[in-house]
Amino acid sequence: MSWETVIGLEVHCQINTKTKAFCGCSTEFGAEPNSQTCPVCLGMPGQLPVLNTVAVDKSILTGLAIDAKINLESKFDRKNYFYPDLPKGYQISQFAVPIVEGGYIDIPTKAGEKRIGVTRIHMEEDAGKSMHEGLEGVSHIDLNRSGVPLMEIVSEPDMRNADEAIAYLKQLHQLIRFLEVSGADMEKGQFRCDANVSVRRPGEPFGTRTELKNMNSFRFIKQAIDYEVLRQIEVIEDGGEVVQESRLWDSVKNESRSMRSKEEAHDYRYFPEPDLPPLRVSQKEVDAIKAGMPELPGQLRQRFEVEFGLSPYDADVLSQTRKLSVWYESLVAAHPADPKRCANWMANELLGRLKEAGKDITDSPVSASSLAGLLDRIADDTISGKIAKDVLDAMMESGADADRIIEEKGLKQVTDSGAIDAIIQAVMHANPAQVEGYRGGKDKLMGFFVGQVMKASKGQANPGMVNQRLKALLNE
Amino acid sequence: MPFSSLSEIKTRLDAGETSAVEVAKSYLDRIAAHNNTLNAFVHIDPEHVLAQAEASDKYRSKHEARPLEGLPIAVKDIFCTQDGPTQCCSNILKDFHAPYDAHVITKLKEAGAVLVGKTNMDEFAMGSSTETSAFGPCRNPWNTDTIPGGSSGGSASAVAAALTPAALGTDTGGSIRQPASLCGITGLKPTYGRVSRRGIIAFASSLDQAGPMTRTVKDSAMITAAISGHDSADATSVTDAPGISSLNEWLAACDKTDMKGLKIGRPKEYFVDGMDDAVRTTVEAALKQCEELGAEIVDISLPHTKYAVAVYYVIAPSEASANLSRYDGVRFGHRCDNPEDLLDMYTRSRDEGFGSEVKRRILTGAFALSSGYYDAYYLKAQQVRTLIQQDFIKAFEQVDIIATPTSPVTAFKLGEKTDDPLTMYLSDIFTIAVNLAGLPGLSQPCGFADNMPVGLQWIAPAWQEDTLLGAASAYESATDWTAKTPEAFGGGAT
Ligand SMILES: [Zn+2]
Repeated sequence: MSWETVIGLEVHCQINTKTKAFCGCSTEFGAEPNSQTCPVCLGMPGQLPVLNTVAVDKSILTGLAIDAKINLESKFDRKNYFYPDLPKGYQISQFAVPIVEGGYIDIPTKAGEKRIGVTRIHMEEDAGKSMHEGLEGVSHIDLNRSGVPLMEIVSEPDMRNADEAIAYLKQLHQLIRFLEVSGADMEKGQFRCDANVSVRRPGEPFGTRTELKNMNSFRFIKQAIDYEVLRQIEVIEDGGEVVQESRLWDSVKNESRSMRSKEEAHDYRYFPEPDLPPLRVSQKEVDAIKAGMPELPGQLRQRFEVEFGLSPYDADVLSQTRKLSVWYESLVAAHPADPKRCANWMANELLGRLKEAGKDITDSPVSASSLAGLLDRIADDTISGKIAKDVLDAMMESGADADRIIEEKGLKQVTDSGAIDAIIQAVMHANPAQVEGYRGGKDKLMGFFVGQVMKASKGQANPGMVNQRLKALLNE
Repeated sequence: MPFSSLSEIKTRLDAGETSAVEVAKSYLDRIAAHNNTLNAFVHIDPEHVLAQAEASDKYRSKHEARPLEGLPIAVKDIFCTQDGPTQCCSNILKDFHAPYDAHVITKLKEAGAVLVGKTNMDEFAMGSSTETSAFGPCRNPWNTDTIPGGSSGGSASAVAAALTPAALGTDTGGSIRQPASLCGITGLKPTYGRVSRRGIIAFASSLDQAGPMTRTVKDSAMITAAISGHDSADATSVTDAPGISSLNEWLAACDKTDMKGLKIGRPKEYFVDGMDDAVRTTVEAALKQCEELGAEIVDISLPHTKYAVAVYYVIAPSEASANLSRYDGVRFGHRCDNPEDLLDMYTRSRDEGFGSEVKRRILTGAFALSSGYYDAYYLKAQQVRTLIQQDFIKAFEQVDIIATPTSPVTAFKLGEKTDDPLTMYLSDIFTIAVNLAGLPGLSQPCGFADNMPVGLQWIAPAWQEDTLLGAASAYESATDWTAKTPEAFGGGAT
C-alpha cells in the first residue's frame, strides 16, 4: 500500500522596515555586534514597546496579496521562554488574534495549478543571536537582530510532497519580494522555513508530525523533507511510532537529528501583552493599502505574455521582482517597436552581465533609456546584433551611451552595397580555388565566404547584405 | 519649614523668603537625624541634592520660576534615574544604574523639582508593608514598631515624618493609597494611562500607575499636573486625556470648600465585618462630616468587590512573572558566581537575587498562565475584572464619587503578617478594585484610631481627578487631620 505525505510550512520573514518593531533602532544587516541596540531592545527595566506601523502596513499588504482576511482588531501576546539572546525573557508575538487570517497561494504542479491555504500571518519580533564558535567556555550575544520585525506565515497542511513544498516556498518568496515587504534574503536569515511533516495511508487521518528546523536553502528543505518522509515510513513499517518532536537538519551529514526533548518541552505561557493596546486598523486604511498594491507577479507574467508576446520564460524572468518589471516596462516605453527584442536583451544580455558583476538591476550602469538607444541602433541596422553585444560590454564598462561608443570605436555597420561588393571581390580574388569549388556545386563554401567577408570588414558589414551580395556575385 | 506643605514652601520661595538650597538643607538635616530610625530612604546623595538646589536658585535668578521650582521631592526606588542607583529594593538589581530617567523623572526635572533621593519599598513593589525590601523594613513614624504600609512605604514614611515635603510612589493594588492612609498623608493614584509608565520598573503593567504622596490635597494636584501627559514611548499613555490638563485646572479643582450637590456613594461591601471597628467608626464619622458639608450619601453596592483580591492575585503575578524574566543575569543585575552552565546561571542568579515574596508571585503567575490552567485562572480573572469595571460604571450612574475606608486596619506591627501572605494580601482589599478598573483614587487622613492614622478613600470615574480633588479639598478644608507630623519627629502631634 502506498504512503501519502502531508506537509505544512511556517515561514519567518523579516519585514523590511528601517527601524525595529518596537524601538527606533536600525535594522541594517551586518553592523558591529550590539551597535544597533537601545534600552528597549536590550530589555532594560521599565522600557516599553511602541509598535512600528510600517511593519503593520506591510503585513496587511501581504495579507491582501494572498486574498486573506485582515483583522481590523488584532492583539499582541507575550510568548515566554528563557534564552540568553531573548532579552526580555519573552517574545512579543501575535497568538490569539493575528493580523491576517485565511488566504491562499496557487502553485504550479505537474498536475496543474494547486491552491495551498495560508492559515494566518502574524507579526512578531526577532531574537538576538548567540555565538559559541571559537569561544572557550563563554558565549557571545549580538542583539542587533533583537526586536527586528518578522511576519510568520503559516500554511495549511496542504502540500503532498517536497516538490509542492518548494513550489509554495518559491511562490511565496517571489510574492514577498515583489511586494517589497521583505528582502527575503535566505542567506541573511530574512526568509526562514520550518516544515511540519507527517505520513499516512491515503484516506486516513493525519499521522503524527515532526517539525523540521534549520533548513536555510530550498535545496536543504527538499532534502530534509525527503529524508524525513523516508525516515517516518521506515519507522512505521518497522512497527514503530513516529514521535512528535523537532528535528534539526544537518546539511553536512545530510540527515536530521532529534532535538533534545528539553529544548522543546516548552510551555510558552502566552498571555495578552499589557504594554500594547489592541491593534486597531480601519477599513479605510486597509482600502488605501489595497489601492496602492502593485500588480502581482502572476498577473504581470500573464500581461507580459499577452500584451508583449513574450515567451513564458522571459515573462517569468522579468516579473520576478517589481524592480525588474518596472525596468522592463520603462525599456519598452523607450523602445516600443519591439517588446520582444527588449525582453531578449534585458533577460539574456543585461541581466547576465549584471549577475557576473554581482550587481542588481537597480545599480545597473546601463539605464533603460540607454539600453533602448542600443536597441534602436540594431533596429535601424546601424550595427549588427553581434556588434551590439560588444557595444553593451563597453556601455557596462564606461556607462557611456551606445551612439557614442559606436561613433568612437567606428563600429558603424557597412550597409553601402558598393563597399560590400568591393570587399567580396577582393575575397574572391584572393581565393580562386574556393570560388571554383562553389561554382562547381560546393554550396557549403558559402559559410567560408561569409566568414572571410565579415572578417575583412572587421564585423561591420551588414550580414544580411553580405549574404545577398555574395550569392549574386558568386553566381554571376 | 520642615512641616510645611509643598505649596507653602513654594509661596516662600516665590516671595524670596528662602532659597532652594536652604530648603534642601533643612530636609537633608532631618533625613540625617531620622532616617536611621525609619529607613525611609535607601539612597541619598546630599551633595547632588544641594547641587540641584543651587542650580534651581540660579535658574530662578534668571528666569521665571517653573511650577515646582526648588521644591524637594523624593522618589520611590522603582523610578529609573540616571543619577544614583535604581535598585527596586531588590538584590537582583543591586548597584544597577539606569542609563535613562523615567518619563516622570524627566517631567519633575523640567518642572524645576529637586530630587531628594530614593525611598524604600517592598521588593519590586510586591508587598503591603515595606518589609520585603532587600534593604530592610521601613518604619511608620507614628509608631516605629509598626509598618508604614506598602509598597510605597518609604515615600509615605518620609513625607509623614517630614523628611521630604512630598514624594512619588507607584500604585498597582493600593501601593500609594494604603501607605498614605497608614502614615496619615495624602496619596493620589491617577487614572490608568494619565501618567507614563516608561522608566518605572514594571510590576503589573496593566495596573501600575505613578502618583504623588503629599501633605495636602493641593500638593498632590501640583505634582500630578507636572507628571501627567502623553508619552509617545508608552503605548498605554493616553493622547489627549479627557478632563483637566493645565496646572491651573488642577489647582482650581482644589478650590472647593463645600460639597453642595455632591452625591457620594457608600458601597456596602467596603463596610464589612472583620474590619477594624475603630477604622469603621472613623470613616463613618468622616462621611457624616461630608453630609454636613452638603453632600448626599447614597448607599450603593459594588457586588463583585469580593472577588477583587482573588482577581488581582492572578492578574498581577501573571504579568509580573513575565515582567521579571529579564532579570536573568545575562545583561545586567545580579549574576551568580561561577555558573556551571546556562541553567545553573539562570536558577542561581534568580534564586540569590529575588526575595521570597517575589518568588512566590513569579511562581503564582507562571502557574496561572501555564497550559491547562490558563482558562481557569488568567482568563477567568480577566472576565471577572470586566465585571468589577462594570460595577463601577453602574455605580457612577447613581453617584458622582465613592467614599470608602482606604484600609480595613491601621498600621500593624512589624513581622505581624510576614508569615501569613494571605492575611497580608487582604491589606489591599479596599484599594485593589480601583486598579482593576483603571480608576483614579485618593486617600486622605480622616482621623485616628488608637493613635494611628486612618485614611478615607475617594474613587471617581475615569479621568475625573477633578471630582476627586474637589471632594478631598472640601473635606480637608473643613477638618483638621491634614499634614500632621508625629511628636517623635518634631511635629505638633495629634
Ligand atoms: Zn532598540
